[in-house]
Amino acid sequence: METLKYIIKRILQTIPLLIIVSLISFFIIRLSPVDPLAELKLNPSISPVTVEKERQRLGLDKPIIVQYGKWAYSFIKGDLGVTSTGEKVSQKLKERIPNTLLLTSIVILLTWLVGVPLGIIAAVNWKTSFDRILTVLTSIGMAIPSFFFAVLLLLFAVKTGWFPIGGLTSPNFSDMNFGQKFIDIAYHLVLPVFVLFTISLASLQRQMRANMLDVLDSDYVKFARAKGLPEIMVIYKHALRNAINPMITLLGFEFAGLLSGAALTEYVFQYPGLGRLILEAVLKSDINLVMASLMMGAVMLVLGNLIADILLIITDPRIRVKS
Amino acid sequence: MIKDVLQQLWKDKFARAALIVLGVIYAALFLADFIAPYTKDFSDRTMAYVPPSKIFTIDENGKLSKPYTYNYIREFDRENLTIKYKFDRTKKHYIKFFAKGQPYKFLGLIPLKLHLFTTDKDGRIFLLGTDINGRDVFSRLLFGGRISMTIGFLSLFVLFPIGLLYGGISGYFGGKVDMVMMRFAEAVMSIPSFYLLIILASILPSGMTSTQRFLLIVIILALIGWAGFARVVRGMVLSIKNQEYVHAAQSIGASKLRIIIKHILPQTTSFVIVAMTLSIPSYILSESGLSFLGLGIQQPDASWGNMLKEAQEFTNILYRPWLLTPGFLIFVSVLAFNLIGDTIRDVLDPKSKIR
Repeated sequence: METLKYIIKRILQTIPLLIIVSLISFFIIRLSPVDPLAELKLNPSISPVTVEKERQRLGLDKPIIVQYGKWAYSFIKGDLGVTSTGEKVSQKLKERIPNTLLLTSIVILLTWLVGVPLGIIAAVNWKTSFDRILTVLTSIGMAIPSFFFAVLLLLFAVKTGWFPIGGLTSPNFSDMNFGQKFIDIAYHLVLPVFVLFTISLASLQRQMRANMLDVLDSDYVKFARAKGLPEIMVIYKHALRNAINPMITLLGFEFAGLLSGAALTEYVFQYPGLGRLILEAVLKSDINLVMASLMMGAVMLVLGNLIADILLIITDPRIRVKS
Repeated sequence: MIKDVLQQLWKDKFARAALIVLGVIYAALFLADFIAPYTKDFSDRTMAYVPPSKIFTIDENGKLSKPYTYNYIREFDRENLTIKYKFDRTKKHYIKFFAKGQPYKFLGLIPLKLHLFTTDKDGRIFLLGTDINGRDVFSRLLFGGRISMTIGFLSLFVLFPIGLLYGGISGYFGGKVDMVMMRFAEAVMSIPSFYLLIILASILPSGMTSTQRFLLIVIILALIGWAGFARVVRGMVLSIKNQEYVHAAQSIGASKLRIIIKHILPQTTSFVIVAMTLSIPSYILSESGLSFLGLGIQQPDASWGNMLKEAQEFTNILYRPWLLTPGFLIFVSVLAFNLIGDTIRDVLDPKSKIR
């Protein structure tokens, strides 16, 4: 019951946060000298009626506060307006967001599966040559610019022909059965996942190693050793459980970093995700699309942090007691 | 303290190597006008996408000779429909050291003509080939580096005072002020930083001079990072503000701003230094990413990111690998900054063992 109460309180806290985010993004975009309807007006395939409807919807002839109110109201109703090519923004987002979520969740899963064990091993073998080598490798992983790495891998894909050069699906995707579709998507995901994995693995491994070292230094671990517990038990039963909690808090941050990092990777690999969408929208100064994808990015980030917090409540009883 | 840090840096093998590498890079960037055989805007349209010049020290008779190079001539191969570059063997161009070449203004002030190396008047020496406009990649790397390697530092000098003051005020005042200020900072942090970065960069009006654009990008980069930093500072201020010497300052009647700036913030110095060195790389990476997309530093100015823009084309990365050199330089300098940052953290903050 207490837990549920805390979770609900935590969910309610996100609402003012999202309102402030929307205010910030709205004013940044509206203060720019770009006419939000310019692209729409220039497109000959869009009727003046549609343009007029957009003007009414956005309330462009009214003061900016009213504009914000109108925008927020229609955002909540799910009406995000049209893109400069006349498509529905909500439709576009529906296509792109799952792709980005797919990419980031695979990367998070993989980095946890690899990074956490590597962090533990490095901490247990502190200052041995294994630990040193890992440190050097993670330094290298952190220093590669994601887009440059992506370009190099693309070069590799072109030269060997082993991997598809970008996109998420093959041209004949719609003719495939379910199994083939699955394999096709997995095949296209290998390179983008590899880029993001390499870059985010490094910081995760370091963090896990640091947490583990902290915990291994604590009194209860010394006590567990002193009473003669086998080292395996000390590490996996006593140390690990405490070292992993701060990592869950980091999960939210990791997600944030991935959303940003994914944008450039998606761009290079022509991956149909949210990052590339916002990039294209920015380059075309498609205001509706920019605004909506910025908001969706923020919503995803806030939700990611929320999930991390809820997970933490479940794994760490101390937080429940405090609240 | 600074001496201590430097000593420790020099002791550590990796950090020493990193210091030397960065020292060489910055020295080369400082002397860019002198080291580069060409100026930033020099272009020879007939020499577009020329591969790196070959330097010969043994002449056709098998005898040792002064180093010389041949110019490239472009030929169209009718069978394979490709453009080929061949040596123009009719004329040798000797390489001259410390000789007069293109005029430039050293540091924008002193007019000079002296170059580290150059060749005779109609010879061309392109150590790393040329780009689409026939501009020397090696020279542009040096001039581009000036931007790429300083933009991070400048952003930090904008960002850190803002973050320190914001976090300091929020933590010291507490209560409602703290609530409002922290909610705002959290909201800024809730926007995916790269999304915010490209949007801010895209609303920059066109038609600015390159200096204006450079400064605005510095400010934009600073706007991205201050919130996270301010939050950490606030946390530190919360624990410092209840110490006795702060109470003492309060009872003397020092103003709140004075207490924050003079008494509380100096306590965070070692954290600030660590955070600064560790965040330089991310600013170098952000700038290069932004310029790579065409939203950062614009042509004809060079930066490592916008030079890599050409690597977006397959034909370039397949047949003209010399265009990828800026990427390696970004990698090397970011790695060096990371290694130094790690060592500084070990020295100033011995409790944390992340390495």
